[in-house]
Amino acid sequence: MPSNKSVSDAPIVQFTNCRILRDHQLQRARARQRRLLAVSQLEEQLYSGRHRSARGRRCPWDPLCPGSMSLGQGRLLLVLQMIRELGVCNCPPREDLWVREGKILNPEKLFFDEKGSADVQLDCKDSIIAPGFIDVQINGGFGVDFSLATDDFKSGIDLVGQKILSHGVTSFCPTLVTSPSSVYHQISVRNGGAHGAGILGAHLEGPFISKEKKGAHPEHCLRTFEAGAFQDLLATYGCLDCVQIVTLAPEMRRSSEVIRELTKRGICVSLGHSVANLSQAEEAVQHGATFITHLFNAMLPFHHRDPGIVGLLTSDRIPAGRRVFYGMISDGIHTNPAALRIAHRAHPKGLVLVTDAMAGMGLAPGRHTLGQQVVEIDGLNTYIAGTKTLSGSVATMDTCVRHFQEATGCSVETALEAASLHPAQLLGIEHKKGTLNYDSDADFLMLNDSLYVQATYIAGEEVWRQDVSGM
Amino acid sequence: MLLELALQTCGLSLSYKFLTAIMRLVILEDYDQASEWAAKYICNRIIQFKPSQGRYFTLGSTPLGCYKKLIEYHKNGDLSFKYVKTFNMDEYVGLPRNHPESYHSYMWNNFFKHIDIDPNNAHILDGNAPDLQAECDAFEKKIEEAGGIDLFVGGIGPDGHIAFNEPGSSLSSRTRLKTLAMDTILANAKYFDGDLSKVPTMALTVGVGTVMDAREVRTHLVLVACVFSRLVGIDTGIESKEIFVLQVMILITGAHKAFALYKAIEEGVNHMWTVSAFQQHPRTIFVCDEDATLELRVKTVKYFKGEH
Repeated sequence: MPSNKSVSDAPIVQFTNCRILRDHQLQRARARQRRLLAVSQLEEQLYSGRHRSARGRRCPWDPLCPGSMSLGQGRLLLVLQMIRELGVCNCPPREDLWVREGKILNPEKLFFDEKGSADVQLDCKDSIIAPGFIDVQINGGFGVDFSLATDDFKSGIDLVGQKILSHGVTSFCPTLVTSPSSVYHQISVRNGGAHGAGILGAHLEGPFISKEKKGAHPEHCLRTFEAGAFQDLLATYGCLDCVQIVTLAPEMRRSSEVIRELTKRGICVSLGHSVANLSQAEEAVQHGATFITHLFNAMLPFHHRDPGIVGLLTSDRIPAGRRVFYGMISDGIHTNPAALRIAHRAHPKGLVLVTDAMAGMGLAPGRHTLGQQVVEIDGLNTYIAGTKTLSGSVATMDTCVRHFQEATGCSVETALEAASLHPAQLLGIEHKKGTLNYDSDADFLMLNDSLYVQATYIAGEEVWRQDVSGM
Repeated sequence: MLLELALQTCGLSLSYKFLTAIMRLVILEDYDQASEWAAKYICNRIIQFKPSQGRYFTLGSTPLGCYKKLIEYHKNGDLSFKYVKTFNMDEYVGLPRNHPESYHSYMWNNFFKHIDIDPNNAHILDGNAPDLQAECDAFEKKIEEAGGIDLFVGGIGPDGHIAFNEPGSSLSSRTRLKTLAMDTILANAKYFDGDLSKVPTMALTVGVGTVMDAREVRTHLVLVACVFSRLVGIDTGIESKEIFVLQVMILITGAHKAFALYKAIEEGVNHMWTVSAFQQHPRTIFVCDEDATLELRVKTVKYFKGEH
């Protein structure tokens, strides 16, 4: 078939036989189609099995008509029709995914405008196709700690970026915890590809946080911006060009000015490691804060007379048209599944899955470094060495998605969106990442029904595939 | 089977005695079965034609439930659309091409997306062309260049119109711009959230004359027996026989089309009921359901059912 490429000569790839997550819905699964087919076949048998009456009429609902089917059979027919109608009601029919030049292509436009067709067709064997995961809080992994001052920073970040492809992460925000000033401003934004997941910008968690809720952050590095507000912040971080998110404690004096300044520069402000009450948190949101760093952890617990930062999930003082997002580490350890469910039910559209993974992720149990401290890994648990204070997690993003789906019983679509669409909306990039809409970046994953990643694609190119032998 | 065979032979010879062209009334059980019948017919016609490089089968077509069946045959490997050209018979004017109710969207979502047709062979009038008459003339030319239409399939409106040839259209008309009749606008309102102001008032349509040119015009009357499941129809064995030389197929289902069917079959050729023009066409099949025959004489229905 001729491919008329009036817009571009680049090859067009058509991914067939897949179930795409689009418009918050997954398309019809093959099993369901089989059931529908079985229903119609059964109906056909029932109809043809009836023997004709003298006048050639068949009347399933009239038991008096000679030669009609029995009442039971007639009722079965009605039930089958109902099943069939239910089966076809909500699930949208299958579509294929079309990709050209690293973007999702609109095949209808291709057909009518360019009279074009696909150059390559790939059979996805009934996999789920979802947008690539976006991790907005990841401190390191595979022995690499982003907050550790080192000459070899670039290769460390490249290593992590490459390894997390197998977890389904196609874009991430390397997170720097409270550290001496020298550690900051080493991260640069870059697109993803075969070399690794794309870097959207740094997430600077601290040092402008509360002493009481420092968690695993070293106390001697904590700072305030009482004196010079935004100038203090700038002095600490240096350049803010490649910064995407800043976590700070809103109860600190002059935080409103800082939040306003950061928001003006397009940087997402997150509340965390704080002892703020609900009013302070709401005020911060009114000045521009839009995120909560790992909800429930490193903040005051929910209290029915002062819900604290947790109260933002259902606050009525959020400015119109704005949404507050909140990160959740759904590894089953940082948050009890019941608490996860409460948060999800209270504000499902704001939930952003994060790993908060640290250097130990992907490594064997034992001692490792996080920022300026030493931690111990024991299975999925990590503590500051010698204490019981949790410090980061070693769960991978796909594990978090699966655990989230199991714990809340939510739909597959919701679980996948919490790791892709919501982080994209948080960072204001949903026009190009986090969805499979036409003209957005072709960063996507192929998953099986149990939400295990089978293949990862960035800009339409396959960058990772599950080993058939089983990794 | 034999009876039906005889009927068709009778029907064939009868066609030269009566003014009406051969009008096989195919009575089927329900809309789904009718769609399947129509789809099997199209499928067989295409296969029998043996289209290949340089020898294209041309289909003039409008929205039908049989698309699903055709797609099924394609997916089973029984039918390929590689050498099939399609010409849609109409399109709204002024509606954006990607509007969900435009015929471009309709054809893409329900048909083209699922089959292997060459985009260059799928022709739909462009309702947003700067010069609409030139667009219509170009369309006529494309049909001519394709060698005319091998099989035309369509439905009718409650006012008996074929395509958008509203009552009062010339029976020798060609592809042109038409203002839609109130009946049509009302019928279409349900696709535009019931808001009459959103329904397009003009459309480009092939003319009656254009369709009468079709080498094979099959008027496809699909009789659907809604309440009682009666299967008095042609079962699948028939389609493969070479009796089908009809080239226009028109689907007429539902009681609201009954009067139009009556006008089409039992009254004369009349430009107020444009589908009646097909009485003059040598080969026509109407496929309809029980409800659509409600306005016909019992005698006519019995005749076509073979129950004398």
